[in-house]
Amino acid sequence: MMGFIARELRLSIRHGAESIAALLFFVIAGTLFALGAGPDPLVLSRIAPGVVWVTALLAALLPLERLFGPDFEDGTLDLLLLSGWPAYAIATAKTIVHWLTTGLPLLIIAGPLAVMLRLPGEKLPLLLLTLLPGTLIFSLLGTLAAALATGARRGAILMPLITLPLMIPSLIFGTAAATSLHPAAPLYMLFAMLLAALPLAPLGTGLALRAAAE
Amino acid sequence: MNNISFSLCQGGILLLRGANGAGKSSLLRALAGLTPLATGDLSWNNLPALTDREAHAARIGWLGHQDAVKPALTPAEQVPEAGLALVGLEKFAHLPSRFLSAGQKRRLALARVAVAEKPLWLLDEPTTGLDSASIQQFLGLCEAQRWRGGMIIASTHTPIELPDTQVLTL
Repeated sequence: MMGFIARELRLSIRHGAESIAALLFFVIAGTLFALGAGPDPLVLSRIAPGVVWVTALLAALLPLERLFGPDFEDGTLDLLLLSGWPAYAIATAKTIVHWLTTGLPLLIIAGPLAVMLRLPGEKLPLLLLTLLPGTLIFSLLGTLAAALATGARRGAILMPLITLPLMIPSLIFGTAAATSLHPAAPLYMLFAMLLAALPLAPLGTGLALRAAAE
Repeated sequence: MNNISFSLCQGGILLLRGANGAGKSSLLRALAGLTPLATGDLSWNNLPALTDREAHAARIGWLGHQDAVKPALTPAEQVPEAGLALVGLEKFAHLPSRFLSAGQKRRLALARVAVAEKPLWLLDEPTTGLDSASIQQFLGLCEAQRWRGGMIIASTHTPIELPDTQVLTL
């Protein structure tokens, strides 16, 4: 399985444009919010956590179309399902690769973006703490949505329509934890959602991949 | 597809023939466990084969209609070098696969099947895009699989000149 993850990472690096596009989108969209909201530091600092969360969510969607699409078209998906690994293990590996190539870079860039949006320094660790489970949830649910859209006509249109509603709860609790004076409860909820998604999303993704191959 | 029944012994080769759309590829996918059987069953050593799909998958060397070759990876990154030697692709081992011809990609896909040494090969139009020399190379791989006691089920439009093959016409 580690060999498969390494191979997928190598492929992602060689098709680096998708990950780079997601990161550029994250930075540009965040900057546009800052330009649109005006230069008032109070306004910017108030909206910063929400802006970072929403733009990170949208940026994480961008590479999803290529997560299973090329594998479905070139026959690799059949090979993966006949590799002898359970389908949920393949889904888990794909989720890990998505997080390493998209979620983790978003998490790293979120800090400078939040500072640019005038988020007070003392609130930055909390924002990043919420984004850690947040980006993992994006990858888990995004992989599930990508698998559900695999093989469907107009899957690129279908995918955000599946993904965005699934991610609304994590967005609500994530921004609540990042902005609240008492962040413990929404943070616990966010981690509880991650704990629920960790086993369930790969199982659902595996079933969706089997259905796509049929 | 209805009323299909066959058995295959160790070293057996079954060729699936039929017009386009007759169901050759669908039958191969069903035998691999990729597509569920509507009725009937598939046995391996007189035991149900599809109750444990992962265990069944571990028996299969699969060559689908598509080559499953990643253009951004080199042949050596997709198939062990010993496999490349089986199909004469050693000198292209470190060239990105997007530079390979259609026939070379098919040979790379065949090498992936051959080097895995699985007991059952399921091959969908294995000779598509191969020149006559490559077809001879493929026939050699089939003979080696048979020599190991492995089995082959292949759909094909072109004649495959191997002795003692069964033919199932759909």
